[in-house]
Amino acid sequence: MKEKLHQLKLKYQGKKMAPAFNALHTFLYSPNETTHSGSHVRAVDDLKRTMNTVIMALVPCLLFGMFNAGYQHYSAINGFPAEFSLFEHFLTWDNFWLGVITILPLVIVSYGVGLVIEFIFAVIKGHEVEEGYLVTGMLVPLIIPVDTPLWMLAVAVAFGVVIGKEVFGGTGMNILNPALTIRAFLFFAYPTWMSGDKVWVHDAVNLAGTADAISGETILGYLAQGNTSEFSYSVSDMFFGFIPGSVGETSTLLILLGGLFLIFSKIASWRIMLSAVIGSLVMGLLFNGAVAWEWIPEYSKFYGLMSFDFWKHLIVGGLAFGIVYMATDPVTGSQTNKGKWIYGFLIGFISVMIRVFNPGYPEGVFLAILLMNVFAPTIDHYVVQGNVKKRMKRLKNATILPKPSDGKAEELKVETV
Amino acid sequence: MSKDIRIKKGLNINLIGAAEQTTSKAVLSNVYALNLEDFHGVIPKMLVKEGAEVKAGEPIFYNKNIEDMRFVSPVSGEIVEIVRGARRRILTLKILADKEQNYHDNATFDIDSADGESIKKALLQSGCWPFVKQRPYAIVAYPDATPKSIFISAYTTAPLAADTDYVLRGKEKELQAAITALAKMTPGQVHVSVGNTETSPFTNIKGITLHKVSGPHPAGLVGTQINKLDPINKGEVVWTVAPQDLIIIGELLLTGKFNAERTVALAGSSIKAPKYYTTKIGAEISTFLYASGVNEDKFRLINGDVLTGAKTTPEGHLGFYNNTVTAIPEGDDYEFFGWNKPVFNKISSTRALTFSWLNKNKKYDLDTNTNGEHRAFVVTGRYEEVFPLDIFPLQLLKACMVKDLDEMEQLGLYEVAPEDFALTEFICISKQPHQQIIREGLDLMYQEIG
Repeated sequence: MKEKLHQLKLKYQGKKMAPAFNALHTFLYSPNETTHSGSHVRAVDDLKRTMNTVIMALVPCLLFGMFNAGYQHYSAINGFPAEFSLFEHFLTWDNFWLGVITILPLVIVSYGVGLVIEFIFAVIKGHEVEEGYLVTGMLVPLIIPVDTPLWMLAVAVAFGVVIGKEVFGGTGMNILNPALTIRAFLFFAYPTWMSGDKVWVHDAVNLAGTADAISGETILGYLAQGNTSEFSYSVSDMFFGFIPGSVGETSTLLILLGGLFLIFSKIASWRIMLSAVIGSLVMGLLFNGAVAWEWIPEYSKFYGLMSFDFWKHLIVGGLAFGIVYMATDPVTGSQTNKGKWIYGFLIGFISVMIRVFNPGYPEGVFLAILLMNVFAPTIDHYVVQGNVKKRMKRLKNATILPKPSDGKAEELKVETV
Repeated sequence: MSKDIRIKKGLNINLIGAAEQTTSKAVLSNVYALNLEDFHGVIPKMLVKEGAEVKAGEPIFYNKNIEDMRFVSPVSGEIVEIVRGARRRILTLKILADKEQNYHDNATFDIDSADGESIKKALLQSGCWPFVKQRPYAIVAYPDATPKSIFISAYTTAPLAADTDYVLRGKEKELQAAITALAKMTPGQVHVSVGNTETSPFTNIKGITLHKVSGPHPAGLVGTQINKLDPINKGEVVWTVAPQDLIIIGELLLTGKFNAERTVALAGSSIKAPKYYTTKIGAEISTFLYASGVNEDKFRLINGDVLTGAKTTPEGHLGFYNNTVTAIPEGDDYEFFGWNKPVFNKISSTRALTFSWLNKNKKYDLDTNTNGEHRAFVVTGRYEEVFPLDIFPLQLLKACMVKDLDEMEQLGLYEVAPEDFALTEFICISKQPHQQIIREGLDLMYQEIG
């Protein structure tokens, strides 16, 4: 097998299809490439391993999302169980099977369309297929509503990969996070499928208007309607994730574990995660404070979300998921360590702000991250300028000594005169 | 003023096959060679023709741009071959050694009463000058300059590199002579950094500022020490000399003889009995390689250490600046699912199913496999963990790649040499050639601003 593939690689070398073949080959076997100059030994980490680690951290969220799709669907029809038991009501084959048939197609379409485009671009431009899409392709199904039509997803993925990434030169060159570009495209192109109180639970859209109509509203949606009365979800429901929402975003517990795994494995930046959490808490506290000091009257349409406990912002909606998996994207985020603190803080801060003030759609995480993606180079610029300024300041005291020949030249001049 | 330098950011690459501290005399080589690539930026002009007889220490070529800068033959013998490459560029000079060595006589020298200019002249004439390198640009020092200070690193942190303290033992007289001479060429200080201020050969040397340095690689690199002690600004010049080269300079000044002898560490996991050999600059590596024995047929032989050395062959010759020769296994093999399975036998800077963080002292047998393909820069924040200089490594590399001279200057390219980026290259997830990028940046800057 190894030998055969090696012969095939030699056969394809220099041909148009070489990148496509190499992508498959290096998937099976890490390449036989050796160093030539510079450092003769190299550490074991490569981009494939890095991306694979992120995917590993995402798999629990995907599996949970599948169970939750079923749980939300059946509970909406049959009513929520009075005494919830994890194994009786949640981890059931019925739930899982419904999740598989609704979510697996999303994953397949996302990977299928995205990777085909990546392969085409690699072959046209003659560079290797890069691994960035492995993570993007996994993220996309996790951040959309469960019933998103597949053709919509395909169109959005094509747009996101081509416009969000390939036109800039591929992985590592893009300005905006491709997964969020896809999400934003879906949101602005097909808003009725991306927001409202019907899309978050499987079949809610189909059943709307019939006698069997079910509600598929998220907690944030409920609050944004101006409802201030208690809703039916407890804090532990929110934390463990037994709530409606995008496929992978609901379980804060699994996201937290994924985040800890990424921090431990040193793949994602703990600075961004921590500062984003702080940022969102600060904004949430400001809103809570505004309510506590009675600046906001109860009839205000923002009252519901503003009085929502500041720390609960982290366990509902996509904030935790965005902070752990999207804000930490190294390509589109800040690249300097100091910059990462500022970048993360502002993501948390602005996410909660948009969430509360957005009239159409009570969620702001993806918009906040995209906005900060745009500003990340600016933040980095000022951080780097700090280092440059230090160097310039030092330059004032530079001891620039005259060349020995300068002295001689002076002497010679004196003599000739 | 003496200072303690404690480096925290860095990474020690522990490899199997460190040289045992015993020294044997290598068999005399028949043919010696000077590899012109060792002298970066020097355009050679020959002083002798093919077939000429030269003595050890006799000038054989000079630098076209700086005529005073002579390069001498390490041994006496006949110039048997001038190997030329594209556009008749000279690549290698081969000298067939005489059985009886005789030395070109440079007049001995009263170091104490000489002034800087006459010392400089003596070093230029005798072929010792190329041992003095300069920053900015990391090239052979430009003689028409006054350095603000001179830096010598006598602390070894590079993987499997020759232990400086061991190599210099018993050479205090030569060291003192060389240091006294070098100190006269700068109004500033001669900074020497050692690992242990009590037992180093430099402990009792006069005329230096002795610093104690500790921490993982790259603490032993002179660039790290310059950055921590006295960083280079635009327009400033700093000279650096490797400690083993001080011995040759010292002996020349004391006896008038250019003695190219040096103690070389032969190390690496492909060597059966790694240890030290005394040989001469330019000696064929096979003269001592096979005395220690090699483990496998396919190995990578490196003139220098594994991070910064140059690829060579057993028929190759010991480099002008090298006192380490390393042999490690070639890694030109595929590995099934090498990118996602847990890895225990390779070094990693992350913990992504890699387990080198479990035991920091474990020794590894690394090969030359790149462990992945070349990619665009993607991951950030990794280089900073192994890069102790007050410089943004990723930003500087990118500035070099896009040839932005202003930014290169502002971000501190003056302060670095390619070797400072060896460790970031080692851990680079995108497998970018950092040292080459920096070298090309330095060359461009020298050309445009120089």
